[in-house]
Amino acid sequence: MTSQSPEALPISVRHITKTYGRVHALDDVSLEVKSGEFLTLLGPSGSGKTTLLMVLAGFTRPDRGSLMFGDREVIRLAPHLRNVGMTFQNYALFPHMTVAGNVAYPLKLRGVPRAEIGARVEKALETVRLGGYGNRRIDQLSGGQKQRVALARSIVFEPRILLMDEPLSALDKKLRDHMQIELRHLHEQLGMTTVYVTHDQREALTMSDRIAVVNHGRIMQLATPRELYERPANRFVADFIGDSTFLAVTRTATGVSFAGAPLSISNPIPDAADLLLMVRPERITLARDDNSDGGNRLPAVVREMVYQGDSYLLQSELTDGTLLTMRGAVRGANLSAMPAVGDKVTLNLAPEDAVVIDGRAD
Amino acid sequence: MATSAVPDLNAAGLKRDASLEQFRLFGLSFPALALVVVVLVIPVAWLFVLSFVGADGAFSLENYTRMVELKSYRRIFLITFQVSFITTALAILAGYPFAYFLAQMPPRIANLFMIAVLLPFWTSVLVRTYAWLVLLQKQGLINQWAISLGIWDEPVAMVNNMSGTLIGMLHIMLPFLILPVYGTMKAVDQDMVKAASSLGASPTRAFWSVYFPLTLPGLFAGALMVFILCLGFYITPAVLGGGKIIMVSMKIVSNIELFVNWGAASALGVVLLVIAGIILWAAARFVRLDQLAGGGH
Repeated sequence: MTSQSPEALPISVRHITKTYGRVHALDDVSLEVKSGEFLTLLGPSGSGKTTLLMVLAGFTRPDRGSLMFGDREVIRLAPHLRNVGMTFQNYALFPHMTVAGNVAYPLKLRGVPRAEIGARVEKALETVRLGGYGNRRIDQLSGGQKQRVALARSIVFEPRILLMDEPLSALDKKLRDHMQIELRHLHEQLGMTTVYVTHDQREALTMSDRIAVVNHGRIMQLATPRELYERPANRFVADFIGDSTFLAVTRTATGVSFAGAPLSISNPIPDAADLLLMVRPERITLARDDNSDGGNRLPAVVREMVYQGDSYLLQSELTDGTLLTMRGAVRGANLSAMPAVGDKVTLNLAPEDAVVIDGRAD
Repeated sequence: MATSAVPDLNAAGLKRDASLEQFRLFGLSFPALALVVVVLVIPVAWLFVLSFVGADGAFSLENYTRMVELKSYRRIFLITFQVSFITTALAILAGYPFAYFLAQMPPRIANLFMIAVLLPFWTSVLVRTYAWLVLLQKQGLINQWAISLGIWDEPVAMVNNMSGTLIGMLHIMLPFLILPVYGTMKAVDQDMVKAASSLGASPTRAFWSVYFPLTLPGLFAGALMVFILCLGFYITPAVLGGGKIIMVSMKIVSNIELFVNWGAASALGVVLLVIAGIILWAAARFVRLDQLAGGGH
């Protein structure tokens, strides 16, 4: 399939605004998707991520803005002329056609010769590992198989752009995890520019080259998964991606301090009025008695301790009253010496793991 | 095993509960079942028996042979089917686009139009039929207006003929088509059409290749309903047909009222019932019959 797939197209979204009454579904959104990139629009429901995808597909007409596929302006182009593959949350397979009929549909519309259609349909079905399923009826398929047929149908005509609207949300967790990896591989194999919508942060982190975090119709941050997790632009992003505890810190002449004590931080501190120290539960540890781990020391009292098999969750109260969550590894060696509720403990946060972010919520 | 120590383990009690539950269910539905037997099964069976009774009071097939032999009877059946078929076709042509329009409207506006569909549905058929007579007759409103507006010069005969019958029947039958069609249309996933269009189908193409086939069960159910109702329709053709359009139901009435020939009337009724039964049986192979009751989803 790779050999014959045409060049992927970059997408350029500029100043797109869409209002419903007084609500800004999209508020002056600009975004560049690189050619061949897997970009995910991640956000809570009602954030505008699906609206943006529908604008890309041509089903929602924005109030203003520009949309370029490559060097072609397409904002006023009808959906059926945009030549983008699209998969839907509920698959939207045609129940009155067989699997092969569904996959052949876009080829028939394009006037592909009958002899060629059969071969291309079978090839597309093989790509999604459903070779030989052509004669099945849609209602004979499982959820995962429907998802694959929908995918085959959206790639069989070799579009240069693929849009996916929460394609895995209807599958159970195990199948979802499996399909995430498979979609990732398929994207590497086909190389088309892909815009993927999800509200599942782990799915976004697993699959994407870059993630655009969307909220209130605006892009909060556009970055690689690693950048997004390690250096969130603001509190909304930090909160939405992963679990964290936020500690209010104050700026000092030399850096920042928490509860009067200066912190040693090896990450840059943003130039913002409100500053928060973001503490990821898995990046904080119980301090060693011999001080050999040498980081920021935070005294605390254990308020809750939950054993979860592979790890334990410790909630402890800091000196300023904040409850801080820590996730620790469970090993045979520390199994008997785990902290208990009411224990006084000292937590250790390495300077590399201390991330100060802009305190704005959105 | 532990079960041998407690062999019964409530089995008898649970079984008693189950049969009690079944008995209660039967008890609840008994009045309705009894009513169906009394008002439907018994009279139909009686008519069936009567249809095999000749003029001399003995068993005879004369009521059926008459239908085959007499040209006038063949003509009545022909007209009945003709009127039913044309009415059904017109109902499809007028009702499907209307249902489509309703399905595309926002719910508030759709409800308003739905009332417009249902309001005549709740009005007496007799009243509506006479209203059409008032509108369509030679000195009626439509002729008067058309002449005063110069659309045509002479009064047009729109009633007491086939066209009057068809106009009246169409009006009465439309809701029976619109309701099931609207039901299936509302059940069509809007993403289907979007999917077709993202795959490259123009709006027209997406409609005919995806939307229309998905609404066919509703259209089929509605058309079937209209056709079967038309077969036995009486009031409208009797009032608006002006005696020129004689359908089976009207022949049944004249057989009883004029000739007091219950056997002949019964035989016609039995034939209509059998035809409707055959149509439904054939249709059941293509569509779930509960859709006839509207939607059926």
